[in-house]
Amino acid sequence: MATLAGQRTSRFAPSGRPRIKRGKVAQKTLLWALNLLFLFFFLFPFYWQTITSLKPSSQIYVTPIIWFPSHLDFSHFQNVFTGRDFARNILNSVIVATATTFASLVFGTFSAYALAKLPLPAKRTILVLVIVMVTFPGIALVAALFIFLRDAHLTDTYWAMILPYTAFSLPFAIWVLTNFFRDIPADLSEQAEVDGCTPVQSLTRVILPLSAPAIVTAGLLIFIGAWNEFLFAYTFVSQPSMQTVPVAIYYFGGIHEIPWGEISAAAEITSLPIIALVLIFQRRIVQGLTAGSLKG
Amino acid sequence: MATKGGSQAPPLAVEAGPARVRTTRLGGWERFRRYGISRGQLAWLLFLPSVIVLIGVLGYPAGRTVWLSLHTYRLDMPFLGQPFKGLYNYTFEFQQPDFWNSLGVSAYFTAGSVVSELLLGLVVALVVNESFRGRGLMRAAMLVPWAIPAVVSARMFGWMYSPGVGAFNGLLNGLHIVNGPIDLLSSDTWAMPAVILADVWRNTPFIALLLLAGLQVIPSELYEAARVDGANAWQRFTRVTLPLLRGTVVIALLFRTITAFQTFDLPYTLTAGGPGTDTELLSLHAYRTLFSYVNFGRGSALAVILAVICFAMASVYARQLRVEAP
Repeated sequence: MATLAGQRTSRFAPSGRPRIKRGKVAQKTLLWALNLLFLFFFLFPFYWQTITSLKPSSQIYVTPIIWFPSHLDFSHFQNVFTGRDFARNILNSVIVATATTFASLVFGTFSAYALAKLPLPAKRTILVLVIVMVTFPGIALVAALFIFLRDAHLTDTYWAMILPYTAFSLPFAIWVLTNFFRDIPADLSEQAEVDGCTPVQSLTRVILPLSAPAIVTAGLLIFIGAWNEFLFAYTFVSQPSMQTVPVAIYYFGGIHEIPWGEISAAAEITSLPIIALVLIFQRRIVQGLTAGSLKG
Repeated sequence: MATKGGSQAPPLAVEAGPARVRTTRLGGWERFRRYGISRGQLAWLLFLPSVIVLIGVLGYPAGRTVWLSLHTYRLDMPFLGQPFKGLYNYTFEFQQPDFWNSLGVSAYFTAGSVVSELLLGLVVALVVNESFRGRGLMRAAMLVPWAIPAVVSARMFGWMYSPGVGAFNGLLNGLHIVNGPIDLLSSDTWAMPAVILADVWRNTPFIALLLLAGLQVIPSELYEAARVDGANAWQRFTRVTLPLLRGTVVIALLFRTITAFQTFDLPYTLTAGGPGTDTELLSLHAYRTLFSYVNFGRGSALAVILAVICFAMASVYARQLRVEAP
């Protein structure tokens, strides 16, 4: 028995206990250390952005670096809006992202319902095509889209962004929603039709209320994607008053030195609403992200 | 005759069925008014808007890009017209050192960022999968880098990397790893690792979340069984966790490889391909050819090459997902 006591498997031997406990403590410590390290890694750039936006200019360009500003200064936040169209840029982003989300969700819901619950030929081929389109590179279409939008006199308009954004987020919406609709038991929608609903009523009265969570999730991810998009907005819109926020931040500069305080303040204004949105809908976003690239 | 007719009666009766129905069949509008449209017609009708958008805004420009790549089309020299050049733009690019440089840079960036993100993401997922207090905080913190727009994070990393007064300099000097200011983004050696680090910061959470989803479906009975059999933590990891996580890892790897290969926003904002062409990814090289040199023929050829590579990886990815007909 004495030899058994030293072995890890002997849970019941009294002398085995401290050893297991010590292992647990070491494991806990390691977990905490790693956890803190990752927290630092993921949050530090955001912390840096935040303190830069709140430091007075005199404390930004100094070495040794001031890690904890002694007093907070909100003047950068005011300066962001003076002499620029930044308020207008925010409005543009809101309009473009909202319109994109709405259009993608409406078209995506229609198609997903047709794919999941109605007879269509070659459904598997359609879904494979949808997957391939989810990962299609925007850079491959930017030239052809530019010529098309220029010839249609749509550059420097909201359409120049809403159209490509919708086309690029639609495959994602179709994929996520089809997977979700498919999991709604056929009995429910069929029963509704036996009870005298048309297929359209079965969509609006049975499927849609049940899939509200999936629609909200897809909508959030599409909204964030459109809010963050840069390539098309940068290429198709040159008028400062029509630019979205990421493009405006790309162009933020100064005459003599780069105004990091103001850029950080603008970055805060852009990222805080999205971060708030993400934290409020944390669960749904994580589900949507995994469903978007793994199987629904 | 009668017997003959009688012997033919059954097929006639069968034919008579539809014929009788046909006589009572309602006209299109009347039928629609009474019964609405059929399920099949409704399916097509609901599918139509997406088809129009996808063909109009994805399909047509994709075809137009291929067309452009086969022609000379320079916005700065409209007098050249748009003559058909066959594969000339492609053969021309294949002889350019700039093209091969950008392909190599893209490979470097993709391999560097995806491998780091996968390894780091795996550790993060394993840590978060263990139950401990503060796990919710960790999960929330992971979403912050993902939520911040790529352009914004690129500018923030640009500011952190700035020599002397940037946070990165401050940290390295504080830890006495270097002494004095360093300028990573102007260094031939360090510009790309700096870009990769920014990308790793931004995309590791995504991979970690995917792997976490994979970890959570591994039944805990398997770990207990392995523990009863005397497997230590490392053995449990290599014999239980890794084999069961393999599918998720492959999918995460493919998905990130495709998206990393087409990355544009972050390197364009952070380094714009510099110093020189040290961080000029294929996507940046295509964009520069398109909109700085306004050479739409050659730029489109580069874009097609990029799209074909992505397309090849995407077809493997679609196969890995094992799509089933709904």
